[in-house]
Amino acid sequence: MSTVKLTVNGKAVAVDVEDRTLLVQLLRENLNLTGTHVGCDTSQCGACVVHVDGKAVKSCTMLAGQADGANITTIEGIAKGDELHPMQAAFRDNHGLQCGYCTPGMIMSAIDIVHRHGGQLDEPTVRQELEGNICRCTGYHNIVKAVLDAAGRMKVSQAAE
Amino acid sequence: MYQTIYHRASSVDEAVSLFAKGSEAKFLAGGQTLLPVMKQRLASPSDVIDLGKIKELQGVELSGDVLTIKAGTTYFDIMQNADVKKAIPAIAYLTSVLGDPAVRYRGTIGGSIANNDPAADYPAALLALGATVKTNKRSISADDFFKGLFTTALEDGEIITAVSFPVPAKAGYEKMRHPASRFALTGVFVAQTKSGEVRVAATGASQSGVMRVGAIEAALKANWSPSAIDSVNISASNLLADIHGTAEYRANLIKVMAQRAVTAAG
Repeated sequence: MSTVKLTVNGKAVAVDVEDRTLLVQLLRENLNLTGTHVGCDTSQCGACVVHVDGKAVKSCTMLAGQADGANITTIEGIAKGDELHPMQAAFRDNHGLQCGYCTPGMIMSAIDIVHRHGGQLDEPTVRQELEGNICRCTGYHNIVKAVLDAAGRMKVSQAAE
Repeated sequence: MYQTIYHRASSVDEAVSLFAKGSEAKFLAGGQTLLPVMKQRLASPSDVIDLGKIKELQGVELSGDVLTIKAGTTYFDIMQNADVKKAIPAIAYLTSVLGDPAVRYRGTIGGSIANNDPAADYPAALLALGATVKTNKRSISADDFFKGLFTTALEDGEIITAVSFPVPAKAGYEKMRHPASRFALTGVFVAQTKSGEVRVAATGASQSGVMRVGAIEAALKANWSPSAIDSVNISASNLLADIHGTAEYRANLIKVMAQRAVTAAG
């Protein structure tokens, strides 16, 4: 057992976990942040993507101990109170989900994509960049639309700040 | 995953001594292969020694005609690096088509070559470019480093610290990408050194892991152009065959990927 200290969605936490604990297990089972999903558990599907120090990574492929000292943002940490994050709002408005299982990982990856590409995003880039996130319902069309829509909204909200 | 003890090393020396204390320790670099393998219970190290926070293993240096990438540098940092893009853009490209964005944030060049997956991308780059693997004990040429499937010249407890690449005159990489795993169904790296030597390496093709392709090297040495490879005959014997492709298919892919790599190299 080790004590892992990290900041999750702005809140400092210290959690005692077995050394073999994965970051996704710490989030879901110790902190009850079950918005982050486990899909394939083999590092392929992206349902477990969270931000670790601002980078979108697969939390099923990282030991909790590796995240000691890190700043973690999960799907629960991106809305401002009742106001959805522009990426969440765009997924809702564009019907970018059906069953919703992949959605938290999609949104966390998509925010990272917009941060990296800024206003330069186009459809082929979104499709290529989302290759680490698998959706088995939508056929991706509305997800891609949502990401492009959100890229515009995020630019506007940044400009307004 | 079986029980294990996690250690975070802050220096290479500390990592070596932590490793020596464990009964069956393993080094953890980016963890994008080791952790999935541990989750499948195919590996059960007594201790994992995390190299991810060791500062001396991070960074890229371009000095004259040698590009040195420290072993713990992530794929993301390599593909973005201005010196990599300037000196050997083929390495930046190779890195950009490796894994997916989330994997590229965590995976490292040292971890990839220490694992030596027969379908990994970096081994082809090291072999074709005639790179040198630096460890905490010695320097090993790429020709001597890769020893077959998942096997390298590394000794127990030896840590890769960096990889040095001589800057080539020309280099290119192309692969047929497995759409789900993103590994190379077959990938070919072609390089022409500044002294005119041609080296070609294929990954994902041979049953013995990454390999040089002498017939294509000879053809390109005589005439550096995609058409020079048209008449080369690649034998399918000793090539990989699985549900994704036959040995004959891979033999043809070696030619086609080599041609595309030459085009990319210019």
